[in-house]
Amino acid sequence: MIEIKDIHKSFDDNYVLKGISGVFQDGMNNLIIGGSGSGKTTLLKCMVGLHTPDQGSVIYDGRDFTKMNTEERIEIRKEIGMLFQNSALFDSMTVEQNIMFPLDMFTTQSRAEKLERVNFCLERVNLAGKNKLFPAELSGGMKKRVGIARAISMQPKYLFVDEPNSGLDPRTAILIDELINEITDEYNITTVVVTHDMNSVMGIGEHILFLYEGLKEWEGSNKEIAHTDNQQLNDFVFASKFTQAAKDKL
Amino acid sequence: MFTHFGRYILLLKAVFKRPEKWKIYWTNIFNEMVYIGVDSLYLIGIISVFVGAVMTLQIAFQLQSDLIPRTIIGSVNRDSTILELSPTISALVLAGKIGSSIASEIGTMRVTEQIDALEIMGINAPGYLILPKIVAGITMIPLLVTISIGLAIMGGYIGGTFSGAISGADYYRGITEGFVPYTIAVALVKAFFFGFIITSVSSYQGFYVKGSALDVGRASTKTVVTSCIAILAADYVITGLML
Repeated sequence: MIEIKDIHKSFDDNYVLKGISGVFQDGMNNLIIGGSGSGKTTLLKCMVGLHTPDQGSVIYDGRDFTKMNTEERIEIRKEIGMLFQNSALFDSMTVEQNIMFPLDMFTTQSRAEKLERVNFCLERVNLAGKNKLFPAELSGGMKKRVGIARAISMQPKYLFVDEPNSGLDPRTAILIDELINEITDEYNITTVVVTHDMNSVMGIGEHILFLYEGLKEWEGSNKEIAHTDNQQLNDFVFASKFTQAAKDKL
Repeated sequence: MFTHFGRYILLLKAVFKRPEKWKIYWTNIFNEMVYIGVDSLYLIGIISVFVGAVMTLQIAFQLQSDLIPRTIIGSVNRDSTILELSPTISALVLAGKIGSSIASEIGTMRVTEQIDALEIMGINAPGYLILPKIVAGITMIPLLVTISIGLAIMGGYIGGTFSGAISGADYYRGITEGFVPYTIAVALVKAFFFGFIITSVSSYQGFYVKGSALDVGRASTKTVVTSCIAILAADYVITGLML
């Protein structure tokens, strides 16, 4: 479980997060949604320590991440997997080397054991046999899947996903969502997904945090979202005529 | 400027933290040695031979007097090459070749979130990315400068004898007479610091890139300018201290 308490973050005069709190449960897809500039990626980066919050705390199963020194943070980070918006695969490494990298750095496993784990992760994301390809040879969807394989290679307790569907066609986007959902269930991971993709929201949004202008505007599930009377959330989720018509039929 | 210097020092502090796994660092160090050293050999070789040849012709032109023995041409060429030309010209050329490449490589990793990915994994990104480059720089650039010195002196011989500016025997006597081995030490100390400047300054510029591909290009250009100025300033300081 991850708990965030009263997170504030500003960049010079730009006050991005204005006191956000919430709880992200184990084995659940927790979605952070909101329009562009609402602070969702900043919140995610504060949670993983890429940004330091001006105020507030991030607590991983009772361990306050914001109060830890660098060495203590490294231990928590070994329990974290993250899929970046642009996958962030290492260009100079093959798919196999990318996935094996955290194992090389932090385990004492033999090469055969590491290779077995790599192949398992690749199979899990339906990319078996793609070991020797370089990131430049992969499609956008394949890169995302390799990113997921790398993120789960160390069997993380917490999985963070930043805009998993950006730049993907709708079919691939759904596949990625399903994969994240399956992995979360299978390994009982605390998954936090930042997205503004409505298919993700309706498909895997077991717990949703809606941010608006740096504040938590609404909290609930995908089942509740269709019936909310929150004006800002309705304007965001049902922005198009198509989604508005779908809502009216519910 | 003070902000940059402070951040540069803090980055270096992070670079020299204990590596997570030496085995991986060693592999990276050897890869960087090949890139910085072996891959630059051809360029440094060509430049050194021509600089040596041109220097011989210029010295011969300037020292046209019956009162000055022709062997002086070899001596002047040797000392200029060892003390100044080989270390400084090699460093300036390598600042362009290696410095811009390092800044682009690390800068691209920054804007494509690869550095964030390293940090999320719990890896000391400055150490993992920059330490191997600095170690390769401070070992391979002195080696390149040593080779450059040999090739420049050889270039002087070829250029001088081919143009008829000096005979082979006079040149040989010139470069062997009155040789002070300490000058080699000065050249190597310079090369060591130049290697450090090139790799650390370019890594700093790349590591703190913000924005897009355009900013990576700008950082690359800034690296060359900053490194060249730092090299020339360090050259003056080291020369002043050691000679």
